[in-house]
Amino acid sequence: MLDGQFPILSLVTFLPLLGALLILLVPSRAEVSDQNVRWAALWVTCGTFLVSLIIWVRFDPSTADFQMVEQAEWLGGAVTYHMGVDGISMLFVILTTFLMPLCILASWESIQHRVKEYMIAFLVLETLMIGVFCALDLVLFYLFFEAGLIPMFLIIGVWGGARRVYASFKFFLYTFAGSVLMLLAIMAMYWQAGTTDIPTLLAYDFPYGMQYWLWLAFFASFAVKMPMWPVHTWLPDAHVEAPTAGSVILAGILLKMGGYGFLRFSLPMFPIASDLFAPLVFTLSIIAIVYTSLVALVQEDIKKLIAYSSVAHMGFVTMGIFAMNEQGVQGGIFQMLSHGWVSGALFLCVGVIYDRMHTREIAAYGGLVQRMPLYAFAFMLFTMANVGLPGTSGFVGEFLTIVGTFQVDTRVASVAALGVILAACYALFLYRRVIFGELEKETLKNIMDLNRREVLTLAPLVVTTIFFGVYPAPIMDVTAVSVENLIAGYEEALETFTAAGGTTGFTNLAGLLGGQ
Amino acid sequence: MYSAIVFLPLIGCLIAGLFGRQIGVKASQVITSGLLVISAILSWVAFVSVALQGNAETVQVLSWIDSGALEADWRLRIDTLTAVMLVVVTSVSSLVHIYSVGYMSHDPHQPRFFAYLSLFTFAMLMLVTADNLIQLFFGWEGVGLASYLLIGFWYKRPSANAAAIKAFVVNRVGDFGLLLGISTVFLMVGSVEFDAIFAAIPDMAGDTFRFLGYDVPVVTTIALLLFMGAMGKSAQFLLHTWLPDAMEGPTPVSALIHAATMVTAGVFLVCRMSPVFEYSPDALAFVTVVGATTAFFAATVGLVQNDIKRVIAYSTCSQLGYMFAAAGIGAYEAAMFHLFTHAFFKALLFLGSGSVIHAMSDEQDMRKMGGLYKLIPLTYFMMIIGTLALTGFPFTAGYFSKDAIIEAAYASHSSAHMYAFTLLVVAALFTSFYSWRLIFMTFHGKSRASNEVLSHVHESPAVMWVPLAILAAGAIFAGMMFSNFFVGDAYLNFWAGTISHASGNEVMEHFHHVPGWVVWSPFAAMVLGFAVSWYFYIRRPDLPKELAQTHEPLYKFLLNKWYFDELYDFIFVRPAFFLGRTLWKQGDGRIIDGMGPDGIAARVSDITRGVVRVQSGYLYHYAFAMLLGVAALITYFMFGGAL
Repeated sequence: MLDGQFPILSLVTFLPLLGALLILLVPSRAEVSDQNVRWAALWVTCGTFLVSLIIWVRFDPSTADFQMVEQAEWLGGAVTYHMGVDGISMLFVILTTFLMPLCILASWESIQHRVKEYMIAFLVLETLMIGVFCALDLVLFYLFFEAGLIPMFLIIGVWGGARRVYASFKFFLYTFAGSVLMLLAIMAMYWQAGTTDIPTLLAYDFPYGMQYWLWLAFFASFAVKMPMWPVHTWLPDAHVEAPTAGSVILAGILLKMGGYGFLRFSLPMFPIASDLFAPLVFTLSIIAIVYTSLVALVQEDIKKLIAYSSVAHMGFVTMGIFAMNEQGVQGGIFQMLSHGWVSGALFLCVGVIYDRMHTREIAAYGGLVQRMPLYAFAFMLFTMANVGLPGTSGFVGEFLTIVGTFQVDTRVASVAALGVILAACYALFLYRRVIFGELEKETLKNIMDLNRREVLTLAPLVVTTIFFGVYPAPIMDVTAVSVENLIAGYEEALETFTAAGGTTGFTNLAGLLGGQ
Repeated sequence: MYSAIVFLPLIGCLIAGLFGRQIGVKASQVITSGLLVISAILSWVAFVSVALQGNAETVQVLSWIDSGALEADWRLRIDTLTAVMLVVVTSVSSLVHIYSVGYMSHDPHQPRFFAYLSLFTFAMLMLVTADNLIQLFFGWEGVGLASYLLIGFWYKRPSANAAAIKAFVVNRVGDFGLLLGISTVFLMVGSVEFDAIFAAIPDMAGDTFRFLGYDVPVVTTIALLLFMGAMGKSAQFLLHTWLPDAMEGPTPVSALIHAATMVTAGVFLVCRMSPVFEYSPDALAFVTVVGATTAFFAATVGLVQNDIKRVIAYSTCSQLGYMFAAAGIGAYEAAMFHLFTHAFFKALLFLGSGSVIHAMSDEQDMRKMGGLYKLIPLTYFMMIIGTLALTGFPFTAGYFSKDAIIEAAYASHSSAHMYAFTLLVVAALFTSFYSWRLIFMTFHGKSRASNEVLSHVHESPAVMWVPLAILAAGAIFAGMMFSNFFVGDAYLNFWAGTISHASGNEVMEHFHHVPGWVVWSPFAAMVLGFAVSWYFYIRRPDLPKELAQTHEPLYKFLLNKWYFDELYDFIFVRPAFFLGRTLWKQGDGRIIDGMGPDGIAARVSDITRGVVRVQSGYLYHYAFAMLLGVAALITYFMFGGAL
């Protein structure tokens, strides 16, 4: 059932996979073929991006329904191949296809071994990530969600740094624990509702006794992905060991799957439980914001610092999402998208100097502005976006989540706003140590400014950061109706529940624990 | 036209910033300065049209943030309050641009410098033309960014970098309050647009809401949170520490940003939000106390500083205190008037001191100056004018605005008005003392500079002294010309409702009728300050040293700026780093990882080591586990579904 339309989502999803197959056919011989592989990967990802823009063009922002839906029977009818996007998921697809060509470009020179395998891993990863955001069947979602980790795993494990094995192990333990619980929850949901079709499940009322456990199981998986405090410690290690492009994808897209999961499953399917656990999420979020910001302040490794700052920024996202009002949720989505390209850009910036000096130690740098003015400019812009300076995209999301949360709980928002001060501290402190000061170190005396390829990689991100900071309307318009619908459904569910004699909020916890 | 005023500096910034290296130094200077001069001329046209002829207007530029009920557009609101700021900002900025052509002539990074200056001007203009709190916040942070970039302009100096970060972070502390203030406004009013806020606030006087677990009055909370932002930006007591350090930036920057414009943004904010502040006597009393305290505190520190720029910086801090004190007692017009005149004479003093520094081959320590009046008479003359205006010599600009504030403080019925009046008069005495001390130490007596330096002393080129002359004209005449409009008989027509007074606040009427001794007190303070200063530094130059020795604790206390930097380092900076390190090593390292993955990993590897050696690392594990999962799932569907 394709509604008589061209299956655009499947095309975008599997185009990279097709490209990967194509590259697989290239005989792996010499330097020449490596170059061909690079170009092929670049063309495939660029093509995918262009095709994916058709999704944005054809997207109708006036409805909260799933669009460009495709449906086909699969696995004997129990599971369907069901794809579609709405205002919440659509832009994540675009984000993925947008970042991918930049990742290929960033790996152009830094990856010299097993180029073919590397590019294949990235293209497969792209397919799986797009699939996550398009899937409208729980099993399909789960497959994409989990399978995506394999190429990521390879990327860190094969092309990573010195402690890649430790990092992979950590990554494995965390995600494995999360996904096992999610798998159990999926089974339970099927048992209860008799289907794994997401739109059907969205309309299904789960008995609230069950909601709590399902919510917690999903939460385990998404919280690890996000990552939320205290299950965040895999992220700094994974980032540090991953190659530059791997970090970009990790920070830019993989982290967003957690937030997307909350919006797609936790809030609409388990509203009562979400309401109950919102204080827990708030608490973890503000701990994440303050705690990881302080930790970021004392880091000696550039990538680790940015990784910790990512955790803090994701704290704003979870806080905003669970505020469950338009500003909070829209702000959360915007923050995820913006963080996608801003943190991606920051990791690219680190990659630029890492490629030259092969160290991420902050102390090894200093005074770069004298040799690298272009680089200093780009780094400054992304630093400021990371700090949430108005006029950059970083501000809009952060501001909206704070305003949104303030409506619900002034204490949470106030503590979170402390993050605004702390972000300025660690970000500017980093910038000063790397870029400013006297250029004293012998090794840096001949460092070169951005080359044309690097300019080409960073320029789209510069433009995006400023454009959506000044004019965020294109993004806000896409998300508005779906978010309104999400909130309306959530509030309705809570009302029905209270009308039936249930108590919402924290008092519920006592009842729950007493009842079990 | 209004769009041109705001966006011409941005265009200049982009051209100089992006193509500075291609088009060269000269072109960057001409383009940025030229565009600003045009912007300044248009601003005066706007001033006449809006403030004097009453044609206020709002220009829609672009939609910005729109989320549910929260709507904020890019929009230019041009009313009298804005028009006053427009002329101040663009006039001083264009003069500073031109002055910088001479002052920065030896610097290798001039296009960047001019780009930053124009960027600053653009952000400041966005701030003053804002029609809602969020655009105001954009400008607010934008000027903060420009200030950061310009303070750290000489990036090779560690002290400049430290000062830049300090300025940004301390400002962010204020912004924290501002951000929460905006959130509160949105929560209570449901809008962030000025008109909607002003319409809704009168009905909320007396209401309370729950904030941080307490029931607090709405209007007071909003006012205090917004004022926290103002305290950061305007370097008020407790959040003032960044301003003296900001003197690390090039002197034209100090004149533009840290004297005439950016630091007055806080005063502007309070005046702009006067319809809110007017409904909270408590918040106003707080503003008064903070303002008066700052005026006094900064003046005391200014008494003993030896760096010529730091003296003026503390003076700025102190004068900003005057403005807030005026706003706090309800005399917003007097605050704006002082902001207006202060811009001229303080920019003049800064640029004049820049001229001195330039002449002295970058020497800033007044102990190494002296006797310069013969060598650079023109600069000396300009500095005298600035000093007269600052100390409030009759018929100069400061005389009108500062005396208006002091008289208003006496006439007001606010609870803190006598506190303010007393401290402001004492501060006036100190102001006179340190200003003349600066003149005497720099220009009079015997020279203490080396012959090497003295041989290079030269008067500045025309491109530097012409802007000085224009500012000097402003410092003399701005008070006379505009007093009637800002605080005199024509004030109601002039402000045209952009500043509001709650019923019962008649300070603007009353301050014209204070007793004679009140009118004379600032004058007496000024004369006394001058006399003491003359005695100390001309008549008995050995006396200050002696006095410092006999009262060493007090001297040290003042010289070290009441030890605020040390205190903050002790209670904020070090603990933050300590906490960060502890959380990282102990929290993340030992507790979370130790109990979690590393602990489990250690157990798992203990077991696996004995059982099987997995060759391909852990991917294998993972893929296997996932396959198991999928297999289980499929089995479940195949058989479970059939059950």
